[in-house]
Amino acid sequence: MSAPLDIGFDYTRSLGPTLSRFVTGLAQRRILGARGTDGRVHVPPPEYDPVTSEPLTELVEVAQTGTVTTWCWQPEPLAGQPLERPFAWAFVLLDGADTPMLHAVDASDVHTGMRVRVRWAETAGNGIRDIECFAPETPDAPEVEPRPADDISMITTPVRLHYMHSASPEESLYLRGLEQGKLLAQRCPACDKVYIPPRGACPTDGVPTEEEIELPDRGIVTTFCIVNVPFLGQRIKPPYVAAYILLDGADIAFLHLVLGCAAEDVRMGMRVEAVWKPRDQWGTTLENIDHFQPTGEPDAPFDSYAGHL
Amino acid sequence: MSTDVSIVSFAQAPNVRATHGTTNGVEMLVPIMKEALDNTGLSKKDIGFWCSGSSDYLAGRAFSFIAAVDAIGAFPPIHESHVEADAAWALYEAWVKIRTGEVDTALVYGFGKSSAGQLRRVLALQLDPYTVGPLWPDSVSVAGLQARLGLDAGLWTERDMANVAVRSRAANPNAQIYEQVTADELLERPYTADPLRKHDCAPVTDGAAVVILSTAERAKDLCERPARITGIQHRVESAHLGARDLTTSPSTVAAAKAASTDGVTLAELHAPFTHQEILLRQALGLGDEVVINPSGGPLAGNPMFAAGLARIGEAATRVKPGERALAHATAGPALQQNLVCVLEGE
Repeated sequence: MSAPLDIGFDYTRSLGPTLSRFVTGLAQRRILGARGTDGRVHVPPPEYDPVTSEPLTELVEVAQTGTVTTWCWQPEPLAGQPLERPFAWAFVLLDGADTPMLHAVDASDVHTGMRVRVRWAETAGNGIRDIECFAPETPDAPEVEPRPADDISMITTPVRLHYMHSASPEESLYLRGLEQGKLLAQRCPACDKVYIPPRGACPTDGVPTEEEIELPDRGIVTTFCIVNVPFLGQRIKPPYVAAYILLDGADIAFLHLVLGCAAEDVRMGMRVEAVWKPRDQWGTTLENIDHFQPTGEPDAPFDSYAGHL
Repeated sequence: MSTDVSIVSFAQAPNVRATHGTTNGVEMLVPIMKEALDNTGLSKKDIGFWCSGSSDYLAGRAFSFIAAVDAIGAFPPIHESHVEADAAWALYEAWVKIRTGEVDTALVYGFGKSSAGQLRRVLALQLDPYTVGPLWPDSVSVAGLQARLGLDAGLWTERDMANVAVRSRAANPNAQIYEQVTADELLERPYTADPLRKHDCAPVTDGAAVVILSTAERAKDLCERPARITGIQHRVESAHLGARDLTTSPSTVAAAKAASTDGVTLAELHAPFTHQEILLRQALGLGDEVVINPSGGPLAGNPMFAAGLARIGEAATRVKPGERALAHATAGPALQQNLVCVLEGE
């Protein structure tokens, strides 16, 4: 089985003194480079010299025009790149700089030696993205007016990645079982331990689990924690209990919720049973079980699960 | 620090465009770990140190390498480490471990399911996250910028690049890419990212590799023809792309000098782009007398985080007794970081 897995996070990045000045400059429509220990001006300004690793603090303003020193055509831009139509990636050596910077050039006839000028983005405060791209320099281009901007010490850099996640044959069997309301485990042929979900490799023996076993939807709490801290994406109001549930006949516990009693009444060895969601909501997921609840049976003695902690 | 280290076993999973397996690579690793161990007669409990190379960004999951430890069967507890890099760097760590005398055997593995995401875009995350990464320059485009610098400077031509592809594609019938083709035919094919054509870029490959190391003393008992590591070094260049000289590879040259590559007759170069192979040959001064990438190299199959380790394994397997081979591994954009390993056939 496989399914799309989309992950993303908006990284907030504190900038430090050198990059703060660079990013603030961009918001003001100015481009700053750093003078290296050998006198060369690098854009964007490295915090440390590319050769000697000395901290660099002397920033100098460079021009908004420059020359393409190399380029590569991007016929089908990827998500997040500067332009959505075909463009050229290029090294642009800005006038007044000694080393080139990487950015996009919006021109179909880009060539080495082409003269280009910055095209500023409409919105400011996004660091290097304040430069939308470079475009061919025209002789009558009006001078760009600076725009006011406060000091910037933090930027947000979103990262969005897309994967096709594949479950192993053993996991797929388990997930398809869940869709039918079954809890399917497998036994390791070497150590006889029963794993749910089954595994492509027994972590003790390194061989795939084999013999299929259907487990009941009841078992015990081996260990648990009371969640008191709110966090992003939390579905239940704290306090609540996240517990390791060891199904009867299994040798490995899995994490699930224990509801149906006060958080402080949950204890190690407590007997619990699954509370399934309505059948029409089932999918290939353990979320078919909404939570576990106490059965009221006597607790399992510690020795019976001591080997599973 | 006088313990010599030898390579005694190498195994690799088939290089394929996409496996049906999980992103953690377990299915690729289980059979080749067994193969690598069986080659030597060692069992899991005989391995003193385990070290792997992989990346969570390839799998899209945090701590994905932990799941791969399952493939070892890590009980009783093992002595284990991981690098978020090509497993050639894991081999370096294992080499150090044996040199210190702490262990006398080590198993190194690398794996990657490149097909799970959009590889060239995922690799943009290797770039400076403040001033470059937010533009999402993909790995092919960055390599294209480097290729054109050399083209403009007259260091190589598109035909030179095509000739590298001709040799690589015809080298190994078992490789992911295998075809008999001429440079003329290749040059008629369209650009994927001008100046690069498809044949200039390594394919997207799922795969895994395993190498077993031991002290040179034990190697004689474990392997008919071990390959002794006579030098292994790695160097890195600035993360500031514009400040680097991308038409050569100072870090490779420095590593090669320190590892002493004189007299090598075979080289397995981890160059995922045709122009990078030419660049490395020029930088290392490898003449026509040196056999380059008899395995087909990364242009015929490039399993991320295993391909560098596989270069060492391929060179170790092929180096003849008394001869010397150079194995190279790279990481980062446009050959930013490079490792050179020199092997002598025993």
